[in-house]
Formats: sequence, C-alpha cells, structure tokens
Amino acid sequence: MSFEPKITLFSCHYASQQSCAEKGKELQQLGFPATITLVRVPCTGKVQVTTLLQAFEDGADGVYVVGCPVDGCHNIKGSVRAAKRVAAVKKALEELDVESGRIEMFHLPRGLHPEFVAAGVAMDKKIRALGPSPFQS
Amino acid sequence: MIVAERKPMAEIIEMVKDCSRVLVLACRGCVTVCSAGGEREAAALASLIRLGMKKQGKTIQIIEGSLVRQCDKEYIDAIDAWNGQYDAIVSTACGVGVNFIANLRKDTMVYPALNTSFFGGSAEQGVWTEQCAGCGNCVLHLTGGLCPVARCAKSLMNGPCGGSVGGRCEINKNTECIWQSIHDRLGSFDRQSQMETIAPIRDWSTAGHGGPRKTVRTDLTIS
Ligand code: SF4
Ligand code: SF4
Repeated sequence: MSFEPKITLFSCHYASQQSCAEKGKELQQLGFPATITLVRVPCTGKVQVTTLLQAFEDGADGVYVVGCPVDGCHNIKGSVRAAKRVAAVKKALEELDVESGRIEMFHLPRGLHPEFVAAGVAMDKKIRALGPSPFQS
Repeated sequence: MIVAERKPMAEIIEMVKDCSRVLVLACRGCVTVCSAGGEREAAALASLIRLGMKKQGKTIQIIEGSLVRQCDKEYIDAIDAWNGQYDAIVSTACGVGVNFIANLRKDTMVYPALNTSFFGGSAEQGVWTEQCAGCGNCVLHLTGGLCPVARCAKSLMNGPCGGSVGGRCEINKNTECIWQSIHDRLGSFDRQSQMETIAPIRDWSTAGHGGPRKTVRTDLTIS
C-alpha cells in the first residue's frame, strides 16, 4: 500500500503570504504538495516546543516551520527562536530514537517565490522516504 | 537558585514503562527560573512521554500538575488533589522536591525527571553558572566575594595552584582560574596581601562530609 504522508507546516503570515493568493489556489497550481497542512501563525516565534510535539501527537509524519530570513525577521528574532525550538525537538526525537529529519526549519523570504513551494516538495520527498511516523499506535 | 536539566528521555521512559497513568508534577520554584522543570517544560515532557510510550506501542494517560514548591510540607499536601488518579509521579523539581515527596508520601512512587546540577545564577539568557557549593562555612569575606569551594576545580583554600596560566585553570582553558580572579579583585581594593595569610586545614564536616546536614531554628519551631 502506498504511503501518503501527513505533514504539518507552521508558517508566519509573512513567509506564507502566497498561500492566500488567488484564494489559495495559487499554491496548488505551483505544485505545492497536498500532503501538507498549513498552520499560519502571526510569528514563528510564537510556536512553542509543545506546539511542535503536539503536531506529532496529532499524527503528523513530519513537521516543518517556515519563518522569515534570520537577518530579516518581521519581529526581529521570531524565526531565530523558532529555529532553536525546532533544534530542541530534533534533539528530543533523537533521544526517543526517532529520525531528527522528521522536523525541519526553513528561513525564506516573504511573498510569492518558488522557495516556499520547493521547501514543501523537499519535505514531502523526505517524509515519504522516511516512511510513517513511529508514533502511530 | 538550584540549577537542573532534563534527564535523557530514554531514562525517563524506562522509569514509567510499566505505568498506565502518571502525574507529571512541575515545580514553580528554582526549576521554573532555570527553565528545566516549570509548567512549560513539564508540558513538553508530558508530550515526550506520551510519544515515547506510543513508539513502544503503549498508551499512557498523563495528568499535568504543578506545585508552588516541592520542598515544603504545606505544598506537598496539595498532591492529595490527584489522589487515586496516577500510578507514579514524575517530578520535574530538583532532587530536594523528589526526596520531599518520597519522605511524605510513603505509598507514592516518585521518579526524577531532572538531573540536579548545582547552585548557580543566570550569567546570561540560557546560560547558568555554578557559584556556591553550600559548604556551610562561608569564606567569601576572605576571598573578595568569589567562591574557591565551588569555582576552583580543586576547591583550594590557598590558591592558586601551579597550574594557573594567564588567568585560566589547568583543567580546562575555558575555565577561569578563580584564584587569579580573587587576587585581581582583592588587588583592586588594595587588599591582595590578604592572600598571604595561610588558611588553616579546613574542617569539611559542615560541607556534608559529616553526614546529611540539618538546620534547626528554635525561634521558629512550633513544638
Ligand atoms: S523543590 Fe527544588 S526546584 Fe522546587 S523550589 Fe524547592 S528547591 Fe527549588
Ligand atoms: S565558601 Fe561555601 S558557602 Fe561560601 S560561597 Fe563558597 S561554597 Fe558557598
């Protein structure tokens, strides 16, 4: 049976602006994977370690965060904080003997640009290769 | 404050592997301040325990609770609110808190979620450093306020040793030689000659070498 991953993306308004373009159709037209559920947050600095872990508890096979560039965050340090929390979850996954690549951080420029889609495609590819989450009972 | 850090998850999962209901109990004292065992960290731990157990094909029910402190009998009494709802407590307090629960709740199994590290302070955000070892016979008035017990690798009372080079300790170049710093600080008050007084051989019984320590204040005791 083929495996269709469930991937949760947390992205700030600024980096995910294109998700609203053309009433949300633009992303699909650009090839953004349907396996990804986008959760928009005001700032990725708002995403706590518990938020990321909850996504795995809710059945995500992979989780990623897209925030502003390191030196160009709308809220100055929000995306840097998010990256540190992603790193903390990576470490915790390793402690549980789970692939740390199931969670990633991306720093991308705001607005409509191909990198946003490329990051989604890369995550989809990676999680398909890793297979289903080991947290599914 | 008491500084601590979370134990590796594998160790914690091993503790609770036979439990089906656990109370993860945060402490709102020192370990909240050092971001190791406050409510936020306990919530993350609860999630990690659920995930770790799920990975082993087991389910575990977790109640999250917190106490003002876990090192006072009055606050420990508040645990009764969860009576009958858990098989074991995983405490995110320091070792004092875990001991207090074990002392006062003879029928309750309690496990430590943290490794309790030292008495220290926050040098900068996210960085804590050891400052005092609780030796019970403070010498800071002789050492310019800098502790040779906690901050000298050899706890020397008549430092520095011959391994001090350029203000760095011989055990690790990233470690300050506290005796060099004591010298420099006393010097800035024109008191470096204090270092020529030989400190006598110390009686370490106050530092725990005489067994567990206890303080009794009869002006405060009730009976
Ligand atoms: S139980 Fe430990 S961490 Fe909590 S307040 Fe008391 S000394 Fe501090
Ligand atoms: S001399 Fe003893 S009591 Fe004083 S700071 Fe050092 S360890 Fe603490």
